[in-house]
Amino acid sequence: MSTVFNQTNMMFLLQGIKLTLIIALVSIILSMFFGTILAILRNFSVGIFGRIATIYIEIFRNTPLLLWILSIRFLVPIKPMYSGILSFTLFTSAVMAEIFRGGMNSISKGQYEAAYSQGFSKFQTLRYIILPQSFRRCIPTFLSQAVTVIKDTSFLWAVGIEEFTGKGMILMGSFVSSFQIFLLFGAIAATYFIMNFTISCCVRTIRTEY
Amino acid sequence: MNSPFSLFKWEAVFKDFSIFFEGFITTLEVSILGLTLALVLGIIFGVLSTSKIKIFKIISRIYVEIIQNTPLVIQVFFLFNGLPYIKIVLPVFLIGVLGVGVYHGAYIAEVVRTGITSIPKGQFEAAKSQGFSHTQTMRYVILPQTVKIIIPPLANQLVNLIKNTSILAMIAGGDLMYRADSWSSSNMYYGPAYVVTGVLYFMLCYPLAVLSRKLELKEKRKVSINVEDSIKAQAIVTEGGL
Repeated sequence: MSTVFNQTNMMFLLQGIKLTLIIALVSIILSMFFGTILAILRNFSVGIFGRIATIYIEIFRNTPLLLWILSIRFLVPIKPMYSGILSFTLFTSAVMAEIFRGGMNSISKGQYEAAYSQGFSKFQTLRYIILPQSFRRCIPTFLSQAVTVIKDTSFLWAVGIEEFTGKGMILMGSFVSSFQIFLLFGAIAATYFIMNFTISCCVRTIRTEY
Repeated sequence: MNSPFSLFKWEAVFKDFSIFFEGFITTLEVSILGLTLALVLGIIFGVLSTSKIKIFKIISRIYVEIIQNTPLVIQVFFLFNGLPYIKIVLPVFLIGVLGVGVYHGAYIAEVVRTGITSIPKGQFEAAKSQGFSHTQTMRYVILPQTVKIIIPPLANQLVNLIKNTSILAMIAGGDLMYRADSWSSSNMYYGPAYVVTGVLYFMLCYPLAVLSRKLELKEKRKVSINVEDSIKAQAIVTEGGL
């Protein structure tokens, strides 16, 4: 027990948790921003931009995350952490766009008509009436997507980015007894569980409040 | 000349296309078997979570929460790196099936549970009043209706399941992603290899995504029509009553 959870090992794992959270948080915030833009383009632009947004979303929604992690890491020459953030932002933006689009579609047509009848322009209607409401409705789904992102950052270990799973696996290499290995696996799983379960509980509370 | 997408690299990919195709078949096999396992687990735990017996509810809650809140990578690594320490060595193919099956089983359980709870309580009571047992109610009244509601989200889960079989690439599982990765890391022709891989995954997933959306729209339209009908029917009844 003490050999597994001594101070050096704990600090080592903590670094991994830090990297996991940084990558997850930055890419969630960025992809909420880009996702909103994509969703608006897909829903309201009939021209070339709408077409591009649709193609982007469909491509990223129907190919595995790992494909993007690997290709960004090997084809774009940037630091490992940034390539992680980039691949997650690209991938999650498409997911966020679909979530947000669902939110916008759930707002009744009457609201658009009411806004137009009050002399709001299309942009004003979106900015002051539709987006705030859709955003509110989407908060629970955005949060459950955050759980998915935190979990999926563990895929980054495939390209050697030492986030929490990576650090855990490196640490595991120094142990031999099955007890130590299982203890470490349990600790890693429990840490992920605590992070994600907290968010899941928030989601549930918000959902029942609505 | 030597861009990541040079012509000769494309030629190399298509010369070795059989390698990619083999991977594609493995991905397909793991997806089908994984889906079967996920459906079995999902239906069992989904139905259990709506049962009246508390212990069943707790068990299925624990399964869903633990699986949904820990990464698939950790679960698969546990099967791959952890179990051999207690003398259980599973073949990678089986790890893939078990991994995605158990993982998506938890999601499907939630889908099934929401499907069952979305059926109005009156139907349970009506069935009970007609002398149906709980199993009979489920079998003849509730589940047939649930199936229609949950098919679109299930198709969605299937897309995610297919995408997640790429986890096998992290344990040398011989699936499409692994083949593409190992082929391209031997000659550094990453560009075309990943494009071809992407196209193959897209070909699998996109039709399912479209199907899911179509069914969802159909179901929504039907529900809204039903609501309108029932409002009209109610109006007629009240009018008649007044």
